[in-house]
This record gives sequence, structure tokens and C-alpha cells, in this order.
Amino acid sequence: MKTAPRLLAAGALVAALGLATAITARAADQTLLNVSYDPTRELYAQFNEAFARHWKDTTGNTVTIEQSHGGSGKQAQAVIDGLAADVVTLALEGDINAIAEKSGLIDENWRAELPNKSTPYTSTIVFLVRKGNPKAIAAWGDLIEDGVEVITPNPKTSGGARWNYLAAWAWASKANAGDEQKTVDFIKALYGNVPVLDTGARGSTVTFAQKELGDVLLAWENEAFLVLDEFGAGDFDIVYPSSSILAEPPVAIVDKNVEARGTAAVAKAYLDYLYSPEGQTLAAANHYRPSDPAGVTDPALIAAFPAIDLISIDDPLFGGWKTAQPKHFGDGGIFDQIYTPAQ
Amino acid sequence: MYEQDVAVYDSRRIVPANAHTSPTTERPLVRRTLILVAVAFMALTLVLPLVLVFVEAFRKGADTYFAAFADRHSQTAIALTLTVAAIAVPLNLVFGVAAAWCVAKYEFWGKSFLTTLIDLPFSVSPVVSGMVYVLLFGAQSVLGPWLRSMGIEIIFAVPGIVLATIFVTFPFIARELIPLMQAQGSTDEEAALSLGATGWQTFWRVTLPNIKWGLLYGVLLCNARAMGEFGAVSVVSGHIRGRTTTMPLDIEILYNEYNFAAAFAVASLLALLALVTLLIKTILEVRFGAELAGTRRH
Repeated sequence: MKTAPRLLAAGALVAALGLATAITARAADQTLLNVSYDPTRELYAQFNEAFARHWKDTTGNTVTIEQSHGGSGKQAQAVIDGLAADVVTLALEGDINAIAEKSGLIDENWRAELPNKSTPYTSTIVFLVRKGNPKAIAAWGDLIEDGVEVITPNPKTSGGARWNYLAAWAWASKANAGDEQKTVDFIKALYGNVPVLDTGARGSTVTFAQKELGDVLLAWENEAFLVLDEFGAGDFDIVYPSSSILAEPPVAIVDKNVEARGTAAVAKAYLDYLYSPEGQTLAAANHYRPSDPAGVTDPALIAAFPAIDLISIDDPLFGGWKTAQPKHFGDGGIFDQIYTPAQ
Repeated sequence: MYEQDVAVYDSRRIVPANAHTSPTTERPLVRRTLILVAVAFMALTLVLPLVLVFVEAFRKGADTYFAAFADRHSQTAIALTLTVAAIAVPLNLVFGVAAAWCVAKYEFWGKSFLTTLIDLPFSVSPVVSGMVYVLLFGAQSVLGPWLRSMGIEIIFAVPGIVLATIFVTFPFIARELIPLMQAQGSTDEEAALSLGATGWQTFWRVTLPNIKWGLLYGVLLCNARAMGEFGAVSVVSGHIRGRTTTMPLDIEILYNEYNFAAAFAVASLLALLALVTLLIKTILEVRFGAELAGTRRH
């Protein structure tokens, strides 16, 4: 019995040493950590390959880009708690502001550092319905009809869900000529038709597409196209409402982290490359609306985005995130007042 | 009819003890119903989900199944899971034996408190266990800036995952050994000492052989949980693909990427590891049933 514990101890030592060498070996290469939100997985899988090639061609250096994905707010909190991100590519301006304010890792004026308010691509919210659109859903107003089940995540926990809510609000406010009480009534009726509030956008998509619950999914435009690709175009249709929200998922360099890791140059080049014709084309191919459509090499990709009326969060209707966030989604805000879980 | 039944029922109780009787007094119908309910419940809640994991994994054919393991990220996830288990289990082996030794062989003030403390990871939600480490070592903690200045990465790196795993799996070995060592008492050790053995000799030649099967049993359970832990690891991992994702986290990522076949393929491997553990446990029980009797509580 003498040998067994010794073997175990030796094994543990070897494992620990192996681990240590593995970590130092990796540190010798230049790596970049991109902390992102959920729906960008496919975009960055392709973009990272393209950028690594571009970096090799222009500088001769090798860069490996690592990805971390999750709910946007959760990811921001992880960076605040010490997740050593070189760049963040999140769903909401507020999440990057939170990192800047709570940890000081990002410069307060990050929005001015890159073109188009540091937003390389935008997106919007569309309807995904079952094939043939059996409930004839064509406009926001149809979502509050009796017997229509709407699938959308919880705006308290999901960034995407807040865009869904604001897109509905923007339409209703316009339809009711700015009457706030009628707009609130519409939102209340809309969430009355939601049978289940998932915590994140991907959860809602799986609920709608795989578990086959509900008649219409309020989804990111790119997420809706992804469902067609993944689950088969024969089962679903995308419906564009007359108006929707202009969702601007921003990107930023985590200044203090790139200083500490010596990755400032490659991190800057990485985000700049998002604005290049190649980056913009990849964004469009993944159904994100490019901020500089002129650079996209394939015009068919641009033609695939129907022109609809897109309202920005900075529109006076919302007054920017700093006003809209507490008013609609803060504790005791409008969402808290109108939402009671369906029985 | 009813009275007759009662009469038959009562008559059984006065048959001599050496006559063949059922150890229970329930009627066969009741017995069979109970067994059926138990078996149906087990099939529905345990066997069926396990079978479904394998069905889903092979849904798109064996090629897709094995292609899932050719993926670089899945391979690093498997390697990380094995590495974490290889560090956490031996450490818990040492801690577990030491803790069980303390509790079983000595009387001291605060012993019941220590026993409760050992059980803490069982009663605390794994998510909380992970959060504790974020609060302790995270960038916003008291230790955070110092660790950062020293270049030590704990949270969102492998050391954090190992720590969280150790925390969650801590009680398995100690809990397995404490009742066994308490039942055995310290007479064997006293005899060894009185015959002139040193402390170490007593431990290696007397104590360890006495507890070896219980110890192995605890190690197996500890290992199964170390490889399967999700909640605590998820909180401290940072989900950096190919660097800090273990197998359970990799399964979640693959599932979220609509890559169901690969998600279930990795899940089936994890399930297989657990099944092998159970198999070894069962073989041990069959072959060394008597020695294991003291620990047969699971």
C-alpha cells in the first residue's frame, strides 16, 4: 500500500507542472481575448480567422483570438471582476459604461475612439413566425391580438429583450401620437401575451424554434436568419414590421488590460479591422447591418436588408440609455409596473 | 371477504419463526405495486434521460459523433477537465484523510463544528461557492489589486477552476471515512504503537489498510463530481473557449450554438465517465462487500 499514494502524489505533481508549462507556453504567443455577448458567436468565429490572416500578412506576427460569450450584462460584470479582456464587444452601451465607471479599466470617452460612436455594425428587431404565417402577423399591432403567443426574453436580464421592448414602445408611441398612457397599455397587453420569459435571447430562440412554443419570436435580425440556417428555412418566415429599433452594439478596447498585457497595438488593429471592407462584409454576411455599407464587397448582401424605419435610442422619444434604462427597466420602472407573470 | 382476508393476514403472524415467511407483512399486490412504482419512477427520471443523451449524440450518425471529439475546443475542454480532476482529487484525498483522522481518532473542543464545516459544501449552492471565490480573489476584492500587481491569475483562470472544484468536492472523501474510522475505533493503532511502531508506520501499515476500500470509494465519488461540476466552475471560469472551459461548460456552449449533436456527444462522454465510475464502485461492492459494509450508505 505504500506505492499507491506516492503514485497519486507524483501524478498530481506532474499534472501541476504540465499545467504550468502549458500556461507559460501560451503566454509566449500573442493572444487577444474578446469578451462578447451571445449572438455574435458565429460572426467572431469567422472574423477572428480573417483578422489572424490579415495580421500575419501585414506584420508577420501570429495572433490567436480567444472568445468568451454570455449574456451582455454578465460578461461586463466578469470584466469588472477581473476577466482579462483585451476588447469587449457587447450588446449595450450601458454595459461598457458600467465597466468604465466601476473598474476604470476603460477610458470614459471610449465612444469617441472609433468611427460611428464605436459601433461597427448595427442590428434591429424583427418577427420570426411559423411557416406561412398562420396567425397573419404583419405589424406590431397584431401582437396584442387574442390568441397570439409572443416569445421574448426578460428585459430585466437580457440586453436583446430591452431592444424588443423599446422597438414595440417606439411603434406604439408613434401609433398613439405620443400618448404615453396608451403606449403603456399597449406594452402591457403585449407582455400579457408572453407565456414564458427566458433570461437570454438564445434561450428564447431555443424555446421558439426547438421547443416549438409560441406564434411569433421577437428576435435580432441576425438571430432570425441564423434560425433559418440552423433549423431549416422550410419551417419559419421572417416578417419585417414597418418600424423597429436601431440596435447599436458597441465595441471598445479595455485600456488598462492591453497596457498590462502589451497588446494595445493588436487590439486597436483588431477593432479597426471590423470597419474595413473585409470586416464590414463579414458582418453583412452574418446578417449584421454594416455601419459603412459602401465598403461591403458583395452588393447582394446589402440588398438583403429591407429598408425599414429605424429609431435610435438617442431619439428624443427615449433620450439615450442613461434616461431610458431607469425609466423603463430600473426597479419600479415601467416594466415592473406593467408585468405580472401569466397564470 | 374482507373478514376472511383479515383472518388470513392475522394467521401469518402466529406461524413459528422458523417457518418460511415473507420478511414484510404487505400483501403481494401492494408489494408489486410499490416495486412497479419505484421501477417506473427510476426508469422515467434516471434511465430514460441517460438513454436520450446517447440517442441524441448518435442522431446524425457515428461520423458526426466522433467529429465532435476532433474539435480543438472540445479536446482542450476534455484535457482541462482531466487536469482539474487530477489536481483536485489527490488534494482532497490528503485533506479528506487528515480531516477524517482528526474527527474520528481525537476528542477536542469544537469537533462538532468542524464536522459541520466539512459538510458545508454539500449544503451551499455551487453557484454561491463560485461567487465566494470571485468575492475573495476578484479584481474588486481586497486581494484583487495585490494579485494583479504580482501577476497572479486565479479567477477566470485554471487555478480558480481548481479551487472551486476542490471546494465543491471536499466532503466526499472525508464523509466516506469518518463513520468508517469511528466504527473501527483506535484499538488497532494503540496495539501497533504499544508494539513500538512509529506514527507513520502505524498509519501506513495499520490505518490505511483498514480504510483502503472506503477511501477508494470516496475517491471515485469525488472524481465523478470533480469532472461533472458545472455551477461553481461556471462562475469562476470566464468561459474563455479553449482555455477555461471544462467539459460541462463546453456542452453548454455547443448547445447554445445550436450544435446539438456535438453537445450531446460530449455529454455522452461525461455520462460514460460517470458510468465507468459506477461500474468500478459496483464491482468493488460485489467483491469486497463485507469490508465495504461500513461505508455502504450511498
